[in-house]
Amino acid sequence: MRKNWWKILAACLVCASVVAGFMGPVPKLFLLHETIRNVYFHVPMWFAMFTLYTISVVYSVKYLNNGNPKHDIIAVEAVNTGVIFCFLGLLTGMQWANITWGEAWPSDSKTNGSAIATLMYLAYLVLRNTLEEEQKRAKISAVYNIFAFPIMIVLMYILPKMTDSLHPGSGGNSTFGDLDMDHNMRPIFYSAVVGWILTGIWICTLRYRVRLLESKANQID
Amino acid sequence: MKKISLLTFLTVLTTLASYAQSTDIEMAEGLRSSGKIWVVVLVLLTIMIGVFFYLFTIDRKVTKLEKRNS
Repeated sequence: MRKNWWKILAACLVCASVVAGFMGPVPKLFLLHETIRNVYFHVPMWFAMFTLYTISVVYSVKYLNNGNPKHDIIAVEAVNTGVIFCFLGLLTGMQWANITWGEAWPSDSKTNGSAIATLMYLAYLVLRNTLEEEQKRAKISAVYNIFAFPIMIVLMYILPKMTDSLHPGSGGNSTFGDLDMDHNMRPIFYSAVVGWILTGIWICTLRYRVRLLESKANQID
Repeated sequence: MKKISLLTFLTVLTTLASYAQSTDIEMAEGLRSSGKIWVVVLVLLTIMIGVFFYLFTIDRKVTKLEKRNS
């Protein structure tokens, strides 16, 4: 019997964050107004993406250690799912920025960094498709993934903190933990984050299981 | 398995209920002042429940296929 409780938890947390995210009290902030509620929906996309990329790099390391092809499949499906969350994060970010920062793509270090990181992971997916031989493909893409992961962290989380960025927690800005988010928002935000992370992992496991079925069917043919 | 899922569901419900209690008065005021925002919440909730229901159906289908293949 598969343990499914965390899938129910994911659904409940996301649904609860939708209701509480709209109805809960939020601080009145300059420029942001009601759009502060986007924190409940835009930011969890990035958390889900980061978790999936972390899973991917862990399984890439595992693959290089033991050469188990299943670990390679987990690594690639985690990136496949992570890229979807990344695009959702970029799109929602553009919509939010358009209203609050004046343009959809302000030259912001975090925005640009995440765009470059996205391209890097798209390159990972393209790279895989160009290699015919399975073992070679798995090995090369695992090594690439291990290099891409720290670069993604630097581009999205370290460089924006060192330079000026419109995002909270960068340059002289306070993190959203200090000013923008009060104690009423915190439980809703964290339940949204956990809910979306679990949802991402769930979609990833579904893709992985379908891939296993596919490869099994190919072996039989 | 069923016990655990029921337990998590109840926990989420009770936390929601306690949350609603603590902000009851303010929420009612917000309802009257901000038009029909509840409709939007309802629509979004329906979409999310629909999406999760769909995910569960896919999950069940994959499980069935896995059982048939093994």
